[in-house]
Amino acid sequence: MEAATVDAPLAPRRDHPSIWVQAPELARRSIMRTVRQPAAVIPATLFPLILLAINSVGLKSATSLPGFPTNSYITFSLAFAFIQAGVFAVIGTGQNLAEDNQGGFFNRLQLTPIHPAALVAGQLAGTLALGLFQAATYISVGLLAGAHIEAGLPGALVMIALAICICLAFGSIGLAIGMRVDAPEKVQSLFPLIFVFLFLSSMSLPRNLIQTDWFRTVATYNPVSYMVEGLRSLLITGWDPEALALGFGCALGILAIGLYFAATGLRERMART
Amino acid sequence: MRRYLSVAGGLAWRLLHSLLTNPLLFLPPMLMPLFFFTAFAGGLSAVSNVPGFNYSPGYTSFIFAFVLCQSAAFGGVFSGFSIAADFQFGFGRRLLLATPHRSALILGYGIVAAIRAAITITVVSLVALVVGLNIGGSGLDVFGMYALAAIINVTGLLFAAGVALRFRSLQSTPLMQVPVFLFLFLAPVYVPRQLLGGWVHAVAPFNPFTHVMETVRDLIAGTGTEYLATLGIISGLLALTFVFAITGLRRAETAG
Repeated sequence: MEAATVDAPLAPRRDHPSIWVQAPELARRSIMRTVRQPAAVIPATLFPLILLAINSVGLKSATSLPGFPTNSYITFSLAFAFIQAGVFAVIGTGQNLAEDNQGGFFNRLQLTPIHPAALVAGQLAGTLALGLFQAATYISVGLLAGAHIEAGLPGALVMIALAICICLAFGSIGLAIGMRVDAPEKVQSLFPLIFVFLFLSSMSLPRNLIQTDWFRTVATYNPVSYMVEGLRSLLITGWDPEALALGFGCALGILAIGLYFAATGLRERMART
Repeated sequence: MRRYLSVAGGLAWRLLHSLLTNPLLFLPPMLMPLFFFTAFAGGLSAVSNVPGFNYSPGYTSFIFAFVLCQSAAFGGVFSGFSIAADFQFGFGRRLLLATPHRSALILGYGIVAAIRAAITITVVSLVALVVGLNIGGSGLDVFGMYALAAIINVTGLLFAAGVALRFRSLQSTPLMQVPVFLFLFLAPVYVPRQLLGGWVHAVAPFNPFTHVMETVRDLIAGTGTEYLATLGIISGLLALTFVFAITGLRRAETAG
């Protein structure tokens, strides 16, 4: 009983690591995880290249249409490879997060003084690394295959910046989905639905050459069209501030929306456990 | 024989039940050909104005031939996914133990592949008719077109089964999808063969899907077609994939 009256020693003051310490740690984990998954990285990089190789010759005759902006279809279609990479970013990010949920990693993290922003930023780091690798690969392969960048080397750098924004935007959608599902297969099954947004855009022809009225209308309202056109402007037109502003604006807008839903999903998940 | 059919029917019923009770497994593969159809027929219709593009029924009908082949082939391939899943999680091994004639298992998965493809093709055909599919061919031509689709469906299933039974893991699904996807896209998908450029023009004649797609387009248009030649080519491919599936089954049996 005496012991009960003895003052407990003061608990040592715990210094929580700041977000700037937490985020890089989680980012490192996310990047290493991406690097260690060649089965995810290789198809995500190769599949758009295969479609590029096929479409660039399969649709080459489309360049003879009056009003087509270039005589090189590979230059025209190169932009689409970047957007396809974005779809793989949705699946990759969402699936990784769903695996974390399924494996209990998330629950264990919640026992630590982790900052929610560090968690979200860390998860997107792998997407960013993959996006950078894919952008460099597509530009290199495109140039080797005969594409040209009208805006030159600075244009290529802006393309990489826009491609990364697009990957992060799509990755944030994956993050928002991954926060809400507990099985990676459920993220996989969303693949065709996300593909719809790609198909119903100006991916294969410029909007002014799309003859079907409803399709042109849908493509006009589809933000994917503006991201494709932003990238394409650097390849074909040179420097087009309006196309670039719309491209960056749509990518950053989707990123903001995706992060908002990811944050609310994270809050719900925290509340549940 | 009765027992053989009973095994195939029982397996097919189980797979159909799990597909119908889980829309997330059934709907996305069915929607995929519709998306392709919408995107290509809607977004690329201007391609029909390219000099040298002479297909009288129109671009929607031209693209329908591709989507028909895709629906049929992937109806088979997706059943290969079910085989891989069943073997990965141990159900396939129990099926091997319980079945005296194991080729009945392939028949069971084949029944599901056929039903799956039939549903997808019906939906795609109805949508195509609504948005402007023009059929100039006779009833016999239309029957011939769907008969070709049925053979492609079986070929797709046997190929996927061969892969699934060799690897017995869901990790092998890209090995089922990607080759079929490549074969489909290395055919004249967007424009007739004479308008294809570069290396695709060089490889297209050696691709069985080129001949199937061109024959389906001729059947839709009601123009003369080399139907028997195409039937011969696709039957040869069917025979090859049959051997591939049966040897795959033997490997699965040996692995136990």
